[in-house]
Amino acid sequence: MKLLNDDLRNQLKEVFQDMKDDVTIAVFTKSGTCNTCTETISFMEEIETLSDKIHLKKLDIENDAELAKAYDVQMVPSIVLLNKDEAYVGIKFNGIPAGHEINSFIPGILEVSGSGEQLPEGFLKQLETVKKPVNIKVFVTLSCPHCPGAVQKAHKLALENEFINAEMIEAQTFDEISNKFNVSSVPKIVINDQYEFVGNQPLEVFVEEIQKTQA
Amino acid sequence: MNLNFDFGSVKKSPALDENILYDVLIIGTGPAGLNAALYAKRKGLSVGMFTSKMGGQVVDTSIVENYLGIQQVTGEQLVEQFVAHVNALKIPILKDAEVLKIKKDEDGLFKIQASGFKIYRSKTVIMTTGSKPRKLGVKGEDTYLGRGVAYCAICDGPLFEDRNVIVAGGGNSAIEAAIDLSKVAKHVQVVHRSQLRADQIIVDKLKNIQNIDILLETKIVEVKGDQLVNGIIAEDKSGKTIEIPTDGVFVEIGYLPNNALAKGLVELNDHGEVKVNLRAETSLPGLFAAGDVTDVPYKQIVISAGDGAKAALSANDYINKMK
Ligand SMILES: Cc1cc2nc3c(=O)[nH]c(=O)nc-3n(C[C@H](O)[C@H](O)[C@H](O)COP(=O)(O)OP(=O)(O)OC[C@H]3O[C@@H](n4cnc5c(N)ncnc54)[C@H](O)[C@@H]3O)c2cc1C
Repeated sequence: MKLLNDDLRNQLKEVFQDMKDDVTIAVFTKSGTCNTCTETISFMEEIETLSDKIHLKKLDIENDAELAKAYDVQMVPSIVLLNKDEAYVGIKFNGIPAGHEINSFIPGILEVSGSGEQLPEGFLKQLETVKKPVNIKVFVTLSCPHCPGAVQKAHKLALENEFINAEMIEAQTFDEISNKFNVSSVPKIVINDQYEFVGNQPLEVFVEEIQKTQA
Repeated sequence: MNLNFDFGSVKKSPALDENILYDVLIIGTGPAGLNAALYAKRKGLSVGMFTSKMGGQVVDTSIVENYLGIQQVTGEQLVEQFVAHVNALKIPILKDAEVLKIKKDEDGLFKIQASGFKIYRSKTVIMTTGSKPRKLGVKGEDTYLGRGVAYCAICDGPLFEDRNVIVAGGGNSAIEAAIDLSKVAKHVQVVHRSQLRADQIIVDKLKNIQNIDILLETKIVEVKGDQLVNGIIAEDKSGKTIEIPTDGVFVEIGYLPNNALAKGLVELNDHGEVKVNLRAETSLPGLFAAGDVTDVPYKQIVISAGDGAKAALSANDYINKMK
């Protein structure tokens, strides 16, 4: 079944006209037990048709274990956005980015294509000091209107600094890891599995929490 | 599986220019701010906007049924229409921009500083920073924030599938939250310290739902838990304490104005709301305010939007007199 209707296809095509470089969507699935994998693949197939600059790579977490490891993919379905050189830039979506999360997924593609807006200068300076690995998990539900804002911020930070990687985690699909981090409000942001906060907080808060990991 | 694509927010908007002296800078993009932008732009003014959340509280509303001319619409669809209307006028909007300070200099011009951004200048400012959920203010509420205490039913509802939840409050948003939650949760217990004050039409809906119960004249005094929330302690009218086990507490007891920018700058009333007159003027000439942040009674979309329009027209008059 198609997820996109004609109106939406046209809107997305218009948005993708702002893309600068090519982007590859690497989607990891697994045959058998994964409920949302088929749907995720067909969704991505539809997205691929909306711009010549979007390419799709379908991968299997077991058969392509090496790539999965390179991108630190641990769950399925998982979508990794690769830049024009097919390099990993630290941006990942675990679970289908449908519902409201389409509003973080589409901007994510634009960002990786190099047509996103730059972070304000003040933050760029602060990020220069980040030199140790940082992982940002953003737990969401698909019915949460302000979750995409938090995912976008995390992804922007990841793009800006090579030591930072950021992943959306759809809390209902991945309930085991959500329970591990006691997710009962979204967006919930967990940094290096240690520092956490709730809500689509201003960028300062993200940056402050990130800096705690650098001590 | 559905998609809630928000074209208006995803599509890039023109950039704000620090070299321009704007006629109006608007802080906030809820109904008040968006309508102010529409009216100001149509008057021929140069307009720019700052926002920390496109659409404001309306995006957190599941269904809106009281905006004239639109019988039923989801909050986000309404926002989409608002934003599309404003985007058609090519108004620059600085997104993810938390304004930290509004300053009026001796030359009578305003300077606005948003976190991490350059300083932007204008002749007038319209403040439409809206409101945020009021907290219960009881023991355990902050401890269990994000661990069972929640303030957004449509966001966090799915995480309480087949569990028991409590909704604190008795107004429209509380009853609507209870109805939304009843679709996923096993049982919803509404707890309110006085009588229900939601619109009759909403209360009638709730009465037909099997898995909602209402407990009135009962005050929540503590949220309890271990790792996560596991119950509340409440007090009934006679002062008797009861304990109700639950997995989640959704707090829907009204709103507090987002007045941080206004403090020390303009007069506030006892509730911390920005005082405005009939022309949406604050106590500081050139600074206008509209919507939930003001002392105008009744916090509603249509009222905020109307007052936003008024503020823009008032700002236009002010600018004309400056010349
Ligand atoms: C769950 C819920 C259900 C509701 N249902 C209804 C309903 O059915 N019908 C109805 O009429 N009303 C309803 N309301 C009330 C209605 O949403 C509000 O009255 C209305 O949104 C107020 O509009 P506003 O523009 O004043 O402020 P808001 O909508 O609160 O918007 C404030 C804006 O200011 C921005 N902002 C705040 N501080 C800053 C800062 N420092 N820097 C930059 N930007 C800032 C925010 O990001 C946001 O864009 C509901 C409210 C809630 C929460």
